[in-house]
Amino acid sequence: MIVDKSGSPLTATENIKPDTRHGVILYVEDVSVSFEGFKALNDLNLYINDGELRCLIGANGAGKTTLMDVITGKIRPDKGKVNFGQQIDLLQLDESEIARAGIGRKFQKPTVFEALTVFENIELSLAGDKGIWTSLFHKLSGEQKDRIGEILQTIGLVKEAYYPAGRLSHGQKQWLEIGMLLAAEPRVLLVDEPVAGMTGQETERTAELLTSLAGKHSVIVVEHDMAFVRSIAKKVTVLHQGSVLAEGTMSEVQANPEVIKVYLGEDDGQDNTAANNVAEQEVGAQA
Amino acid sequence: MTNSTNSANALTENYAKEPFSMQKIFKTLSHLHVVVGTLFIATLYVTICNLFFAEGSFFHVSDYTVSLFGKYLCYALLALAVDLVWGYCGILSLGHGAFFTLGGYAMGMYLMRQIGDRGVYGNPDLPDFMVFLSWTELPWFWAGSSSIVWMIAMVFIGPGLLAYIFGSMAFRSRVSGVYLSIMTQAMTYALMLAFFRNEMGFGGNNGLTDFKEIAGFSLQDPHTKLSLFVITAVALGIGYWISNFIVNSKMGRVVTATRDAESRVRFVGYKPEHYKVWIFVVSAMLAGVAGALYVPQVGIINPGEFSPLNSIEMVIWVAIGGRCTLYGAIIGAIVVSYAKTRFTAIMPEAWLFALGGLFVLVTLLLPKGIAGLLPNLFDKLSMFKSAESETLAVKEVNDQNKTKTTEVEAK
Repeated sequence: MIVDKSGSPLTATENIKPDTRHGVILYVEDVSVSFEGFKALNDLNLYINDGELRCLIGANGAGKTTLMDVITGKIRPDKGKVNFGQQIDLLQLDESEIARAGIGRKFQKPTVFEALTVFENIELSLAGDKGIWTSLFHKLSGEQKDRIGEILQTIGLVKEAYYPAGRLSHGQKQWLEIGMLLAAEPRVLLVDEPVAGMTGQETERTAELLTSLAGKHSVIVVEHDMAFVRSIAKKVTVLHQGSVLAEGTMSEVQANPEVIKVYLGEDDGQDNTAANNVAEQEVGAQA
Repeated sequence: MTNSTNSANALTENYAKEPFSMQKIFKTLSHLHVVVGTLFIATLYVTICNLFFAEGSFFHVSDYTVSLFGKYLCYALLALAVDLVWGYCGILSLGHGAFFTLGGYAMGMYLMRQIGDRGVYGNPDLPDFMVFLSWTELPWFWAGSSSIVWMIAMVFIGPGLLAYIFGSMAFRSRVSGVYLSIMTQAMTYALMLAFFRNEMGFGGNNGLTDFKEIAGFSLQDPHTKLSLFVITAVALGIGYWISNFIVNSKMGRVVTATRDAESRVRFVGYKPEHYKVWIFVVSAMLAGVAGALYVPQVGIINPGEFSPLNSIEMVIWVAIGGRCTLYGAIIGAIVVSYAKTRFTAIMPEAWLFALGGLFVLVTLLLPKGIAGLLPNLFDKLSMFKSAESETLAVKEVNDQNKTKTTEVEAK
């Protein structure tokens, strides 16, 4: 149970404001998760500042998606602490409560409501009371309609507003999903592989979109595409075997001997694609 | 900034008037009016033809037919209930017969108590089957059953409570898909076995029958039969209005979204299990009302109604009529039930084959059911209009881009 300063219990339906006086919005401390003996996360520590854009990189199995699952309440860690601001313990809340508290998540595979129109998809995602009775008698206010219009413009889907979401292209679905996150007015956005399967132009627009979101929201991006990470990231966290290997700017990280050791490997680079990507980028950067 | 607000306004105005597809038109206005209007005219026709045309006249509708139509309308209400959970929420319930039958038993108990001392054994307090079992007093759960208010309350509470308990347990533990369907079927089967037992106190094998009157009106009286038919039509109309309201509310969109991407609904901040339980309970109550209206018109309720086969037949009505369109469910129930009446009169043994054949044909040729035929027609008509408004929207966006670029250039 979350309790506010005066000692009365808060429910997630009331607006919980994360306390970010120390500048940190998300605290992940000593978190471990294991699946049948396999340690997906191993004493992981991560602090995300308010308004920051952070990229998480790491090979497959490094624990990136598991970390997102822990933050959004899909997986309960074996031990550790996950706090939203200073006072809100996310481990006490379930998925929908965490979402209402202000943490939005975009899945790796775009998931939108295919039978509903683009407009309706965003309508459902708007911040507000998500209870049954409110929904039953809900009418969109002018303000909310304007807000939906603004979001449609931000994600560039004005023309497609009345298409069923199922008819959108892959890239458009990705944007719609980001738009749905925006509608919820979250403080933290978790974005899992936003440019997978996008064309070069679409990738560029996504990069613009995400950079423009930082500042107002904290954005955490998981991505394999190193060119993309370089184009948006100020700060990068490298995960390896469930814990943080290195943290810093892209060039700092690339110069980090540990990262080079893990990624380039001393066994002549027969690593997986992500590692090769880093390696390629490394070469590219030096050239 | 003003630019974006303007376009947002234009957008919402478009939203209001855009005839995007037949479904939208059907959803927003004509849909409700057409169905309720048709229902009203049909009811009026049957009533007039039954009352004012003598037997032998071409227009005469017999009392038997009136009751038969009343039965069809009960089935239509039941199909509506199934469509609400299956079509819109994706919960394939193979146990909706349980809610229907429970509603029927609530009515049956009331009708049993109305018999009074006119039963075979002439006991003013106990229904015949209890005397036969040599019980001396009413079991506790029959207390109050002689009151019509109790009966109406139980028609809602019985099925609703069962749906609430079952739904909360199943949806909270996130059971879905085939497993849920099997559980619903097991539920109705278990109830059937339980109600077959004499000790349950619901008439066992024979069920409840030999009804004499309802609220003081004789059930044999043609006027009572006609009234019951009209009441059923009204109930169907109200049930349709409620379902339509739910489906077109934001709640309906959340439910549809749950059907398509439950985890996304959760991460957007809704609790899908609450929505599922709620719609399951509403659906169960509609089914209960259908059952309650069914019993006085057919004159009997027995545990056979709990049979899983009945529940499967309901799903077939909806599939044939058109899942996910409310009017489709009604059409399906009426068409299939009418076919059943006809077929079982001509050659009873062939009915199941005919039903199976119909199901296969519809699945192959009309994946959206009979209702799928209507929108296709209308869609062609509205295509022209929607193309027009789409070009409008494109033009608007282009204009905006132009103004933006000129602004930039000006700077």
